[in-house]
Amino acid sequence: MNPRNVGEIPDADGVGTVGNPVCGDLMTVYIKVKDNRLEDVKFKTFGCGAAIATSSMITELAKGKTIEEALKITRGDVADSLGGLPPIKMHCSNLAADALRAAIKDYLEKKEANK
Amino acid sequence: MDHAAGMPVDPRVFEAMKPYFTENYGNPSSSHSFGASARDALMESREKVARLIGAEKSEEVIFTSGGTESNNLAIKGVAYRNKEKGSHIITTTIEHMSVINICKHLQKQGFEITCLPVDKQGMVDPGKLRDEITDKTILMSVMYANGEIGTIQPIREIGKIAHENQVYFHVDAVAATGKVPINVEEENMDLLSISSNDMYGPRGVGALYVKKGTRIQPVTQGGGQERGLRSGTENIPGIVGMGKAAEIAQGEMVAEGRRLSQLRDKLVKGVLDKIERSYLNGHPTKRLPNNANLRFSYIEGESLILGLDMLGIQVSSGSACTSKTLEPSHVLLAIGLAHEEAHGSLVFTMGKQNSEEDVDYVLEVLPGVVKRLRAMSPLTPKEMLR
Repeated sequence: MNPRNVGEIPDADGVGTVGNPVCGDLMTVYIKVKDNRLEDVKFKTFGCGAAIATSSMITELAKGKTIEEALKITRGDVADSLGGLPPIKMHCSNLAADALRAAIKDYLEKKEANK
Repeated sequence: MDHAAGMPVDPRVFEAMKPYFTENYGNPSSSHSFGASARDALMESREKVARLIGAEKSEEVIFTSGGTESNNLAIKGVAYRNKEKGSHIITTTIEHMSVINICKHLQKQGFEITCLPVDKQGMVDPGKLRDEITDKTILMSVMYANGEIGTIQPIREIGKIAHENQVYFHVDAVAATGKVPINVEEENMDLLSISSNDMYGPRGVGALYVKKGTRIQPVTQGGGQERGLRSGTENIPGIVGMGKAAEIAQGEMVAEGRRLSQLRDKLVKGVLDKIERSYLNGHPTKRLPNNANLRFSYIEGESLILGLDMLGIQVSSGSACTSKTLEPSHVLLAIGLAHEEAHGSLVFTMGKQNSEEDVDYVLEVLPGVVKRLRAMSPLTPKEMLR
């Protein structure tokens, strides 16, 4: 288990947190954006093996992509990149995709506010 | 260190069982000599189990297919047989899912069930239990010890209260079988469920002690075996195995219990000393000798299990991710843990094959696994991530 991109980005352009420790899953994704591309993506997760794997995988999938491309990443993409997930764990891949989207939404809202 | 999930069969038990598969395969109900040999084996095994639990008469031991079936027979058998007298049953919030679901089933059929809460260490308060008894109460079911958090209940006292109030007392002792001495007479029990696998016997066989005079009816109808209480041709190899396991447990239980408690205490102390924000779940002293249930703030159980598994250590957890229902352990919630706390728990249940080297190894590698997961978790406070 060697997840990549673990950590925070202190001056992140967008931060998205989804999930709920009550349910046993909490994911935070941090993004740094340059020229409309995701220059850096990091994550932190409180959760099971699948939660950690899916959040790590989504940072790998998202890195280097444009905002539009990143928004198109689905839970299916995450699950497939991991070689498939058991049905009971599919909700973890949802969470990962949602966390990325939340981070992007945060970035876009901040951008709007700064205009 | 996940013996609670399944124990290996003791080689001596296996040897004892072998002849009954291909050589002595008689049916105890047969009148010929083949049957007689099976009958002898059945009788001997029954006596061994009776001796283990301090039963007055060996006929008070009924063989079943395991702990779950014993619980079904005990609770349903007494409930249905005594429903003219009353329909109130008292149990606790930390019982095994079989007891909980049996009670839910009875509730749907009109029985009234009281689920008594426990304290933060998982202990039942006998006084509070007494307060729940009404003239409609026919049965109390309290487990001897909880297999998840290890807490051992004040059974003798509870039994006394049950008898003072003419209520039948059932004890699910599956988790305690062969680990601590049990005496049904001295501890005032009417019904006791025990399991074979929990004392290094084969799976698929267990027993229910039914005190003479208990009004109970069978749940499984058929040819009338086991005094009519549990029909079905007897699983002689399994029963022989259980008898042998009981005999071994009786001889070795005290010494092994002492050995395991020392290992358990070393593990618990080591973890609490070395790892910040770690806690013991369950009672610190009144607990099963082989059980250490520890929780770690900010991280989750299944990822801990995977991390340890990769290092050759097998354990269990009460987290939601490890359960079929995606709910955290009802036992951990019953002792008042918040969901996030319940998720971060690990259960170590040690056995004959575990040694001090194993405990030392765990203490060596566990802090690293916890540290790595904490570095990944958004819940970990910054001060901890030095």
